[in-house]
Amino acid sequence: MPGKPLPDAEQLLQALIAKMRPEVGPETGLIGIHTGGVWLAERLHRELGLKIPCGTLDVSFYRDDYERIGLHRDVKRSDIPFEVEGRPLVLVDDVLYTGRTIRAAMNELFDYGRPQSIRLAALIDRGGRELPIAAQWVGAAIEIDPREGIELKRDEGERLSLALYGRSAPDVA
Amino acid sequence: MWLDPSNPQLNRNGELHHLLSLEGLPASILWQILDTAKSFAGVTEREVKKVPLLRGKAVFNLFFEPSTRTRTTFEIAAKRLSADVINLAINISSQTKGETVLDTVANLAAMQADMFVVRHGASGAPYLIAKHVAPEIHVINAGDGRHAHPTQGLLDMFTIRHYKHDFSGLRVAIIGDILHSRVARSHINALTTLGCPEIRVIAPKTLLPSNAESLGVHVYHDMRQGLKDVDVVMALRLQNERMQGALLASAQEFFKYYGLTEEKLELAKPDAIVLHPGPMNRGVEIDSSVADGRQSVIMPQVTFGIAIRMAVMSILAGN
Repeated sequence: MPGKPLPDAEQLLQALIAKMRPEVGPETGLIGIHTGGVWLAERLHRELGLKIPCGTLDVSFYRDDYERIGLHRDVKRSDIPFEVEGRPLVLVDDVLYTGRTIRAAMNELFDYGRPQSIRLAALIDRGGRELPIAAQWVGAAIEIDPREGIELKRDEGERLSLALYGRSAPDVA
Repeated sequence: MWLDPSNPQLNRNGELHHLLSLEGLPASILWQILDTAKSFAGVTEREVKKVPLLRGKAVFNLFFEPSTRTRTTFEIAAKRLSADVINLAINISSQTKGETVLDTVANLAAMQADMFVVRHGASGAPYLIAKHVAPEIHVINAGDGRHAHPTQGLLDMFTIRHYKHDFSGLRVAIIGDILHSRVARSHINALTTLGCPEIRVIAPKTLLPSNAESLGVHVYHDMRQGLKDVDVVMALRLQNERMQGALLASAQEFFKYYGLTEEKLELAKPDAIVLHPGPMNRGVEIDSSVADGRQSVIMPQVTFGIAIRMAVMSILAGN
């Protein structure tokens, strides 16, 4: 809906932290998906007081749209600085939409080892799922026009905000 | 025609469709390959060293000239991308070369090839193949005659960037048989495009192309002058198999004047790195004590070659 204000990303993050705090133990490994998910994972890591350093994933090598659109430019290096084998993991992403990114992320994680469990935290769930994937924790579920995209931004003071961007055509597979 | 007529490596969107030479490729494409290779270097450190990008694709290694390192690293790279790899070592009869090459390729294309990796003794052979394949097939030049060896050039750029981080302040010396070297040509093209301010070539007159200076490099005939204060030393293999007639008195003589020894290397910066594309002629262009010394990055070059070839194949197959 045009004109409807977007929620405040910092407030959503606080809501997410409150939901996660009682359920995330100190041995949990947090893994952020590039790029918004990495920013969120860093903040969650700090505020939840987790000991193990954060991991980061760039799922470009596992995406199912490679055949259609090729390799994404500016691929980042995935970096998991802890043993995945047998560990409870939390994947962190900014926007949960079709679920395809999460599918790719899970496939990549299993190439590092067999985790004890994988849970998912997302700042926003905008619906529109194309795969049977759900998040354990979301900051908020909001409806967004399918012709629009929503992305997380971070300013120099590390403050997070949400922004809409127009799409030239509906991105339906 | 789906390719850019002025540069048959690029499609109409300016994306890389074949990799034939580094000449004429924009810096943005070189950086994209180097950045992507950095991400693939991470993959090769994992428990499972494979990603599914090229699952179901068939990569044909077509080697009309012998090679161990290049062919093997292309094979490993393709396998780590989950492609099926078919290796072909082909002997050609010199009379019917052109016809044979295109016939071979047409037959392999009929077997549903998605990508050809081509090594050939004749300069331009990969271009000929690229011109005749169907639009969905990609061709990678793995070394053609004296012309180009783009993935070697790229992996050397990756190696330099890994140790020196940036090209903008670098002084690079390329030593030896520039005339016969497809690697040197790829180096000069890539270093220039990536903004390296000073490229030197050090060689006897008989092993330099007559137009060397027009390539934008500084020419030296004396190792002691040429190596002074350089950051990167790239030794080249003396290519006896490509030499016709007497270009050199002897290998011993070459070593005396142009062999890279510890004593000559001391003239370079103390943190200078030494590269060699292999295979090395120890005691001809490089002394064993340098090849195995603390400044040598020759073995890391080989490892980085896998990540570079993964990057090139995955970018091409996606375009």
